[in-house]
Amino acid sequence: MLSMANSVITFEKVYALWLREFKVFLRERSRLVASTFTPLLWLFVIGIGFGSVATLPSEGSVGYQKFIFPGIVCMSVIFTSVFFGSYVIWDRKFDFLKSVMVAPVSRGTIFVGKALGGMTSSLIQAAILLFVGALIGIPYSALGIAEAIVIVLLLSFTLTSLGLAIGSYMQSLEGFQMIVSFVVFPLFFLSGALFPLERLPTWLSVLTSIDPATYGVNAMRAAVLGIGNTSFVFDIILLLVFTISLGAIGIYSFKRMKAV
Amino acid sequence: MIKIRNLTKRYEKLVAVDNINLDIERNEVFGLLGPNGAGKTTVIHMLATLLKPTSGDAIVNGYDIITEPGKVRSSIGIVFQTPSSDDMLTGYENLKVHAFLYGVPSHEREKRIQSVLELVGLAERQRDQVKKYSGGMRRRLEIARGLLHRPTVMFLDEPTLGLDPSSREMMWEYIKKLVKEEEMTIILTTHYMEEADHLCRRIGIIDQGKIIALDTPSNLKKSVGGDIVKLRPKSYPDLESLRKLIYIRKIELSEGDVIMYVDNARENIPDILRHIEAEYVEFRSPDLNDVFLKLASKNIKERGEGGFMERYAQYGK
Repeated sequence: MLSMANSVITFEKVYALWLREFKVFLRERSRLVASTFTPLLWLFVIGIGFGSVATLPSEGSVGYQKFIFPGIVCMSVIFTSVFFGSYVIWDRKFDFLKSVMVAPVSRGTIFVGKALGGMTSSLIQAAILLFVGALIGIPYSALGIAEAIVIVLLLSFTLTSLGLAIGSYMQSLEGFQMIVSFVVFPLFFLSGALFPLERLPTWLSVLTSIDPATYGVNAMRAAVLGIGNTSFVFDIILLLVFTISLGAIGIYSFKRMKAV
Repeated sequence: MIKIRNLTKRYEKLVAVDNINLDIERNEVFGLLGPNGAGKTTVIHMLATLLKPTSGDAIVNGYDIITEPGKVRSSIGIVFQTPSSDDMLTGYENLKVHAFLYGVPSHEREKRIQSVLELVGLAERQRDQVKKYSGGMRRRLEIARGLLHRPTVMFLDEPTLGLDPSSREMMWEYIKKLVKEEEMTIILTTHYMEEADHLCRRIGIIDQGKIIALDTPSNLKKSVGGDIVKLRPKSYPDLESLRKLIYIRKIELSEGDVIMYVDNARENIPDILRHIEAEYVEFRSPDLNDVFLKLASKNIKERGEGGFMERYAQYGK
């Protein structure tokens, strides 16, 4: 019965829903601090710790810490975006979702508004990390920064969609966290954020190639460090494919989600 | 305004709403009264297009809830049982988000937001985050939100649940004001008798998914039949001689008390006391409680099972 009111995505309504997400994000400082802390821990502890012993074939002259830096930016995007799905469950718990669903708003609009909210959180976090990157001596170019932003937007939309789709099926936060930890860690470890992917055995290569984050990490490495093993354009095209397919899955999941 | 035809919602084993038929008129305050779990909220959710009926249909504001849910939604306001505003946002921001969602035209947005805030008395607190609001204020914000798009029908699902007595009375005032100033049709659910009595023009009593009585509060009270006289006899009462008195319509025994439904109790009590010696006597006019109890005993006879009374007893007190 929802199909009639379900087809149009309205810009103004998306904007209203996004604005709400953005304001909540700005007011929940602890969320920002907590989720920036972990990537910094990786960057400085793992980056320097492993950097003191590891020499990687493809890192060129950049050193391990700088080599994993693009991966850590993507890691922050992966975690923030996928975990953003938990806010659907919060919205349902506090009945906010019900108040939106009883308004003349299509499910697609609700999904896109929410996803843009998640994308914004990821982008702000990635921006903080990119700034930290400048401090550890990442040699940015203006084009590189622009490319990095495009990558963050695509990857975060993809993974926020994934998180929201999972969240729309879940009733409890605990359940969501359980399921999502099975998702984020493989996404992160298989992405090549921490090690180069050239010399992996075939089975592992197959797994890394179906991980959307792989293309994010690789493109990010090309954008900010100028190194990478597939072309930037190829990575972006694949990210776009993931964005569109997971966005579609997300909208579908929201359409079948029960209001009460 | 609202036509409900054979509306039914069935879950796997439970029939939450059982073949309800109901017409609600324009500018009417209609109360759905019943114990928790009676199906009140399920009815509201179906009328608000949040829940799909298993069978049956309803027309709200001339729109079919099944084939035209978008139009139904645009024309109704709803206040849920639990506040649904985002408490990280201010009152004003919550209203702004919903003004956008309901497509309130941009040149009217500010004006409408301020006027509904004014109406529910929250204009001064509009810049505060909702988490700093009291329960009554949150509920009023929900009402304000429900009014933003000038709906013609407003659903209030347990509008005073969990409010303290003074907030509850304030809420009643707001609801009356709405009916008077906004010319709105209001459907409210409640399990507080006095609330339904105080606010509603007509009441539908709902139990186990069925409407078991439907009338004005005063007619419902009349249907109880006479004043209620409660009397504690000194010894085992001679019921036979009481039964001969024509002004006594009905006699019940309950926990050592004799309960009688008596015409014109004020004048007839002295006569009753000639037939029965009492430790104490009290009498009162019937209220909706008595309507409940009467329907409950009838229901028990019909279904051969309890439930209603037991459940009612938990919160009726």
